[in-house]
Amino acid sequence: MNPETSAGLDLKGVNIFYGDFHAVHNLSMTFQSREITALIGPSGCGKSTLLRSLNRMNDLIPSSRTEGEVIFHGKNIYDADVDPVQVRRWIGMVFQKPNPFPKTIFENVAWGARINGYKGDMEELVVTSIQRVALWDEVKDKLQKPALALSGGQQQRLCIARTIAVKPEIILMDEPTSALDPISTAKIEDLLDELKKSYTIIIVTHNMQQAGRVSDKAAFMLTGVMEEFGPTDQIFFNPKNPKTEAYISGRFG
Amino acid sequence: MSELFVRDNDQVDFAPNVAGRKARAGLWNVIFLAATLVGVLSLVALVTSLLDSCFGYVIVQDAYAWADVATDPTKKLEDLSQTELVTLIRSTAEADLTDLTLGRLKFLEMDRTLEVRTSEDLRSLVRKEILKSEIKKSWSLTESLLQANEIANLQKSKYPEGQLAFRSWLTPNFLTQPQTGGKAETNGLRGAIIGSMWIILIAIVVAFPIGIGSAIYLEEYATNNWLNRLIQTNIYNLAGVPSIIYGMLGLAVFVRLAEPLTSGSLFGVQDVNGRTVFSAGLTLGILILPIIIINAQEALKAIPNSLRYSSYGVGATKWQTVWHHVIPASLDRILTGTVFGISRAIGETAPLVVIGASAFLTLDPSGLFSKFTALPIQIFTWSQMAVPEFKHTAAAAIIVLLVLLLGLNTVAIIFRNRIKQSKDAL
Repeated sequence: MNPETSAGLDLKGVNIFYGDFHAVHNLSMTFQSREITALIGPSGCGKSTLLRSLNRMNDLIPSSRTEGEVIFHGKNIYDADVDPVQVRRWIGMVFQKPNPFPKTIFENVAWGARINGYKGDMEELVVTSIQRVALWDEVKDKLQKPALALSGGQQQRLCIARTIAVKPEIILMDEPTSALDPISTAKIEDLLDELKKSYTIIIVTHNMQQAGRVSDKAAFMLTGVMEEFGPTDQIFFNPKNPKTEAYISGRFG
Repeated sequence: MSELFVRDNDQVDFAPNVAGRKARAGLWNVIFLAATLVGVLSLVALVTSLLDSCFGYVIVQDAYAWADVATDPTKKLEDLSQTELVTLIRSTAEADLTDLTLGRLKFLEMDRTLEVRTSEDLRSLVRKEILKSEIKKSWSLTESLLQANEIANLQKSKYPEGQLAFRSWLTPNFLTQPQTGGKAETNGLRGAIIGSMWIILIAIVVAFPIGIGSAIYLEEYATNNWLNRLIQTNIYNLAGVPSIIYGMLGLAVFVRLAEPLTSGSLFGVQDVNGRTVFSAGLTLGILILPIIIINAQEALKAIPNSLRYSSYGVGATKWQTVWHHVIPASLDRILTGTVFGISRAIGETAPLVVIGASAFLTLDPSGLFSKFTALPIQIFTWSQMAVPEFKHTAAAAIIVLLVLLLGLNTVAIIFRNRIKQSKDAL
């Protein structure tokens, strides 16, 4: 797997279960490389579940079970010979609530790279990663200070820096701005535009305006079924599925 | 209290009765305060009764008069020099006038010869071995304070040759002297303190790593299947098993079954059976194991999953997640649980009795394969004695045990707070 190229993901007949509950139904779609795809839909529709299945985070939930194929660089990440630890290094994740490590700012960015055996100049990696998330000016004098002392928005950008420091190809984001104020949200949205040049980004969001602003494609999900998937403009302004139209225009959800 | 801000229709739907609700709240307040006071009072009563027995008047009387023993009766014992004392002791032993025979002297010199001892040491030897000073009667602190006149009169009428003295039973000597048997006043706690420290040390060395390891397995690795649920249920139950059962286990497994190991005969140690410091430490280690496991599990449970996810999210393995993030974040709580374990172990008596603590031990427990005694055993033994003076030594020993317990807890708490501070700084 070459970090210089940014691969997409191919989903073929993905079904996800929690015990007896069928959370995602027979879903097939393609996430294009170097695009932002937004997953939208009402609460409980299975979009976060789907997102977590894309880097095998669902494996951590004891009762969950995934069927079907998620193809990354021609290989199904659910194959028996694939270790989820390897998957997550290439397909990183940013969570809803900022969750930096209870360590220094420097260590937050360096840790992931170090455990993955990064051989280059660690200091340079940390600096460039923080610069890429537009956090450098705010933290350059306090790299050895605790990360938890930063504001929520800064913490979330640090979490993104931590993710890109291990040089992934795909970044999964689970409502990354829902715990942030509007200014921090705007900063992250600006950042997404920039990151798109290097990474494939899949973002779950409840914020329709945000999905409209940042995404190239959008997928609308309802009760575990993907109702419509297409270019964001089409989903928002010319939906083919009446359910999509009903959701977009705010009639339910 | 009259109702304020009352509106007409309010009377129909609500009966606020603020005064009545507050009165009920006040009643509960009083009940809880009373409960707290009862707890505080019983603690105060405990400490007072212990201190009460630790100090008080005693009547000391010599079995042999100084005038009969001394080479020069005009000089007092306190005025003799070191060489004079040595001469006195040797000549007395040779003359065979008192209980100090040559044989007894030889036994006493096995440790150190008279010539190398200090004058103070020799004087106490004279009192103990030649004059046979002994406490004839003793009183508690309250008795000493309230009945001072009666005590003085009693001394004059019944023990005219004795001396009335105010004695503290808790002295530096009491801590450093070994057990001697015989009179209460000559006994010390040295062996019991050393024994207790040894046993706690072994128990912690055994239980801490095993306990933390089990907790990590159960919390981080074990899947929710019937076997792991069975293990978990049993650990909870084991924490509540009466300690004497652990004594039976220690007796069967460590003392009997593993005797070659626990007696040290595997390592060439002879003349000892399995009733050793090692067996006692292992038994108490097993006893506090469930406490440490459960507390460590609670500590691990308190770590939010978001921390684990953030670690997995950058491609960490389970062990890297546990080692770099989960354990450092929970270490202060894990240590708090270990403190509970230590506190439990240091006061345990029943299992040590069962596995065969020595009620009388003059030699210090010096290693894994020594015979042992411990503070609670000593307290138990002394409190069983018919001689009333032993109740003072028992009380003094209880205070030593409590202070030791407080000391160990303080060390652990300081250690824990230091970890917590460095954790909170991040």
